[in-house]
This record gives sequence, structure tokens and C-alpha cells, in this order.
Amino acid sequence: MEIGYYPGCALHGSSNDYETSVRACLAALGVGLREIDDWICCGATAAHSINHKLSIALPARNLALAARDGFGELLAPCPMCSMELLKAEQSLRADPELRKDIAQIVELGLDRKTAVLNLIQVFQKIGLDQIKDAVKRPLDHITAACYYGCLLTRPPETLRFDDCERPSTMEAVLAELGAKTVAWNYKTECCGAGLTMANEATVLELSHKILMNAASHGANCVVVACPMCHVNLDMKQRDIERRYSVRHGITIYYLSDLVGMALGLSDAALGIDRHFVYRG
Amino acid sequence: MSLQLAEDRRDLIPPGLNLAGCYQCGKCTAGCPVASRMDRTPNQVVRLLQLGRMEKAISSGAFWECVSCQTCTTRCPKSVDCAGAMDFLRQLSVERAASAPSAHRTVLFQKTFLRNIRRNGRLDELELVRTFKTATFLKDLDIPFLFKDASLAPRMMRRGKLKLRAEQARDRGVLDRIFERCLEAKL
Repeated sequence: MEIGYYPGCALHGSSNDYETSVRACLAALGVGLREIDDWICCGATAAHSINHKLSIALPARNLALAARDGFGELLAPCPMCSMELLKAEQSLRADPELRKDIAQIVELGLDRKTAVLNLIQVFQKIGLDQIKDAVKRPLDHITAACYYGCLLTRPPETLRFDDCERPSTMEAVLAELGAKTVAWNYKTECCGAGLTMANEATVLELSHKILMNAASHGANCVVVACPMCHVNLDMKQRDIERRYSVRHGITIYYLSDLVGMALGLSDAALGIDRHFVYRG
Repeated sequence: MSLQLAEDRRDLIPPGLNLAGCYQCGKCTAGCPVASRMDRTPNQVVRLLQLGRMEKAISSGAFWECVSCQTCTTRCPKSVDCAGAMDFLRQLSVERAASAPSAHRTVLFQKTFLRNIRRNGRLDELELVRTFKTATFLKDLDIPFLFKDASLAPRMMRRGKLKLRAEQARDRGVLDRIFERCLEAKL
């Protein structure tokens, strides 16, 4: 199976360990990714904070590029990207006038629909049974806190995925891998997202609470499906520990890391050895 | 600076935000992860907009503290798009160059981010750090902030997470045109 792929800036930048992980894991499951030619940034928080039209136009250009390349389905492993793409798609479908206007702005037709998938949806598409059958190394040493954060499920009218207050789709994947998961309180709380540089105090406070809650419920790792969540919980973990005079030392995995591990892939093949919190 | 917003300017508010429905139950504020950091809570911001008190709403730093987590909008029993209201205020405050001084870092971050995208098509992270830190320093002369996170660069590089030459989109002309057509004010 080959599906369209929108990496977004993070996966081609400082979260390239996520791309390594996603590619390796999906390849092991027989799924190839074909990148959308000449994709551009989705605009992220900056666009919707500054100009509404731009926040539709930037993702719309990518949807149009995907349609031009013949992709009916598109994997966007970053929830910020996938939310922006879905929001644009939703606005364009609801308003033919806007669609005409934006098509002129982005210089491409917007008449074809593109389905945008997150990483969990791609695993569901492959089939959890198939994944279970492919497991070579059950993860019985893993007790995970599945952390969904914000944009995998919110806003629900746009995302139409899982239960936005009590999501459980990651737990369902981990169950097939033989991993245990914990019930905890901060599954859908925000980590501070892209404000890491501009407003560090907020990010450290929110991320600290998430790590505390995960550990106090008996998790030995946190699982994410978002590059920004990973940056804040993994890369910033040392800063969190300094700010709050605690020692977390908790490993933050991407969901694809754990699927890949269960399939028998090495830490290096999945980019796990490039995390900041890593014990080899 | 005259904002021309002192009078009732409810006409500026996009109807899609559905603000009229708010009956001040406070659920938005209860679930907001950063309400304690705001000078006005989300329900107060919504009330100011309902009343057309734009100048008061826009002078608040609250909407720049907002992390866009969408919890308020998701939980509102009256389908008020509170997170959308925060976006609306951010957009208006940038357009009118009227952001709260306390929010200067976040405003500069979002602006340098967008300029970066306009130039490169895809985010050049090293350039973002450089331009954001320079712009912030010129504004607040905060030397510790300027050099903060400097130690992160070598640690990122060791992990192959920081490229000296970032990739760019090929068709950057179209980006410039998209920005030109969308933006009413200069970035």
C-alpha cells in the first residue's frame, strides 16, 4: 500500500526522529509513503493567530497539491498540520464562494476532496489484527500513559476522531503489542504546544503537570503522536526538572516507536536513540 | 495611538464565533490550562466582546497567553467558539499594532514565524531562532533571554535534529503571492 504523505516542517526539522520512526514502522508493515511534491508549511499557530484567510490558504495549497498528485488520502503525522488541513477542507466544502476565492489565491483547483489521516488512523487502516500478527517482540516491559494532547481530537467537529474527552485509540493499538496502559488524568491536557520558545514558563508548567500525573499513575513511559508534544516532554524535560527541582527521567515514545519496537526494529532504526531522554 | 475602537464595534466580530449565546457559565475558564496566567479570563473576554468593548478586550494580554488547545470551544454548552474569539483578537491586535506590551515575545514569535514561511516555504528553524531572538532583544534588551537555549543547539546537532541548511519549497514565488493576497497589513 502506498499513501500520500505530508511531513510538515517539524518532521523535516528538529522532529526528524518522528519521521524516521514513522517511515521505518510503516515500511515494516508494508506501507510506503509518497511525499506531496513541493508542499509548503500549513501556517500552524502563527497563521491562525495573525490572518484568518492565510490560515485557510496555506493548508488549502497543500490539499490542492495532494489532489493534483492523485492522492485521495494523505497522512499528516503532525496533529497541528492535520488539524489545519482538515479545518481548511471543512471550510472550503462548506462555502463554495470561499473555495473559489482561495483557489485563486493558491493558484490551484480545489474541487477534489482529500481525506487527511493521522498516524493512529493509518494503523487502524492497516488493521490492528494485522499489526498483532506481525508482532515479534511483545512489549510486556512497557506500561504507558497514552498522551493525546489537543489537536488529535479537538475541535471534535473538525477532527471527527475518537472521543475528545476520553480517547482510547492509542490504548487499543498498544494492547495489540502486549503493552500495558494506565488510566490517568492528563490525556487531553495541553503541553503548551508551539510556545516553547516564546513563552517557556507556560510550556514548562503544563508539561511538568503531565509528566507528574503520568508517573503518579504508574506509567514507565509516555506515548505521543505529535512532534510538539514530544519536544516539550522530551527535549524540554531537563528544563522542567531544573525549574521544578524534580527528577522525571521518563521516556517519551512516539506511537510508531512502540509499534516498530514490537515488530522487532532497533532503537537506531526508529530514531529512538536520538531522543533527549534515552537509556540505551 | 487611536485605535478607533472605543465605540461599539461588534460589526467587526465574525458571526461564526457565535458569541451571543454565552451565558457566563465559566466552563471555558474552568478547563483553560492557562486561565491563571491571564489578566482576563476567557469568559470575561467573551463578555467584553459581547458588549462591544473592543478597546478593553484588545488591551488585554489574555489572548496571547492562550495556547489554542481548543478545550474552551470543545466544552462550551452554547457552542461559542471561544478559541476562535482569541484568534480574532490576536488578528485584530496585529492588524492594528495594538498588542499588550507584555505579550511582545509571543507576537514577535508568530510574526517572525510567518515571515520565515513566506521566504522559505518551509520553516527554517535556525533562522527562526536567530530572527526571533534578535527582534526580541531589540525590543527588551534582555541579555539572558538572548542567550537562553544556546546550549540546546549543540545537543540538537549531536542528535541530527538541527540542520545548518534547511530545505526550502521550490516555488517560493507563489508563496509571496499567497501572502500578498491574504494580508491586509504589513507583517
